Amino acid sequence: MTVGDPEGPKGRFRNKLREKDLIVTVELSPPKGTATEEILLHADLLREKVDAFNVTDNQRAIMRMSPLALSHLLKERGLEPILQLTCRDRNRLALQSELLSAYALGIENFCFMTGDHPLLGDHPTGKPVYDCDSVQLISLARGLERGEDFAGRKLSGVPSFVIGAVANPLAEPLEPQLIKLRKKVAAGIEFIQTQPIFDQEPLEKFLEMTSGLNVRFLIGITPLKSARMVEFMNHKILVKPIPMAVAERINKAKDPVREGITIAAELMAKIKSYVSGFHIMPIGLERELPELFEQAGI
Amino acid sequence: MIISQQKLLPDILQSLDGSDVVVIIGCGTCATQCHAGGEEEVQDMKRELEGVGKAVPLSFVLESVCTTQKTKKELTKKSTFIEEADAILVMSCGVGVQTVAELTEKPVFPALDTLFIGSLRRVGHYEELCALCGQCILEYTGGICAINQCSKGLLNGPCGGSKQGKCEIIDDRDCGWYLIYERLKQRGKLYLMEMIHQPQDFSKGQHPQKITLGREMLKKK
Ligand code: SF4
Ligand code: SF4
Repeated sequence: MTVGDPEGPKGRFRNKLREKDLIVTVELSPPKGTATEEILLHADLLREKVDAFNVTDNQRAIMRMSPLALSHLLKERGLEPILQLTCRDRNRLALQSELLSAYALGIENFCFMTGDHPLLGDHPTGKPVYDCDSVQLISLARGLERGEDFAGRKLSGVPSFVIGAVANPLAEPLEPQLIKLRKKVAAGIEFIQTQPIFDQEPLEKFLEMTSGLNVRFLIGITPLKSARMVEFMNHKILVKPIPMAVAERINKAKDPVREGITIAAELMAKIKSYVSGFHIMPIGLERELPELFEQAGI
Repeated sequence: MIISQQKLLPDILQSLDGSDVVVIIGCGTCATQCHAGGEEEVQDMKRELEGVGKAVPLSFVLESVCTTQKTKKELTKKSTFIEEADAILVMSCGVGVQTVAELTEKPVFPALDTLFIGSLRRVGHYEELCALCGQCILEYTGGICAINQCSKGLLNGPCGGSKQGKCEIIDDRDCGWYLIYERLKQRGKLYLMEMIHQPQDFSKGQHPQKITLGREMLKKK
């Protein structure tokens, strides 16, 4: 592919999004340190089924290697990254230059989010930035595609991005989040990756409420692996607790990891006919994903 | 108003170590409202200082210490006392302390910590309500400040961390955007929340600031 050439051949993720095929993305976290081998190995094992890998950006405000570096390493291996970019650590200059840098390295997919507050992470004494919010960051990126930076200055060489954002079907209350989602769509996103869901019913409600939006939803899936993880997710991550029936199955299982994969696969199999795709957040279960895909019939 | 709080007495005494004669100046505006530097607090401070053996030949409350010209006049009137003092203890916000420090060569010490600008909800309860951003957007947010009430100062709605109306960073803090949403909904103005707001112009919030306002200037605008 000719980098920077808007007419050049585009990636698998972009094509599948536009052709409305079922998409599978998997989240990878850069290392805290410099050891990338294992992460890249995991990605390699998933090459066939996975269309693109989200590379997180100091996720949960925990300092790690930059997603730009890991995205580049994936790209070098012929794998497709989706670079996650938060508004927490960079002002409008740094955000724009990050987008241009990534594009120069052949990275075209991005997922934008506000980013967890530094107080929640491992550097709580750091200064939060939030110069832009997620909606503004989308506009900023779309602006670059028109050949101008935020200040209205002309660019030499114009990028072409595939831009997505995040949403939580289980948000409580949902309406203010839906307003924000509509603004993200209006600002120019093509896909949404959702927070993990654990049952069908609230998802269906959410999809119905957002059916008028011209955007593709990749549904968040996190296989549960232990009773402790259920506890942790309920307390630290999720807005609504994991359904009792699901938690019970994990608690009672002889092999909770297998059970977690089966639960996730059952859900995926049930909903795959009416969603645009899946966004898997494996949290340490990367090696089990081939089994997940097989059980889900993907 | 400017919310301030008295420093701990040992800290004040430490700063006054070696100053035997102290003049105390209180402020009749915000610091009085905050019960941090009004008549009563100035009298209490005088007693405390005398209690540790210092002399307080003069203690008084100015209407508002931050009004430079008036404060200058008052300090000139009282210059004989001030000449004799080893230090001046100012019981006002940081602006008042700086105003006095500019007008005298005597060592000037702050007795209060200046916290934020906010409102007096009821006796003893103060709440920060404005972050002095320099480009007020309250008209879009139902009169609730997104810059100040949202922990991230977001302009286009809640982040994903908003849970049951609470902010992701502290469980007992209301999510500013939840409050804005509720207010706009109540008033039938949710359409304001659907508008996309561009990033703020931080060049307007540069500090320190100086402006000149007057009839002449306003006419020109
Ligand atoms: S928008 Fe700015 S000026 Fe208006 S109340 Fe908030 S911080 Fe103050
Ligand atoms: S939870 Fe609400 S107040 Fe807290 S940062 Fe997010 S939007 Fe702002």
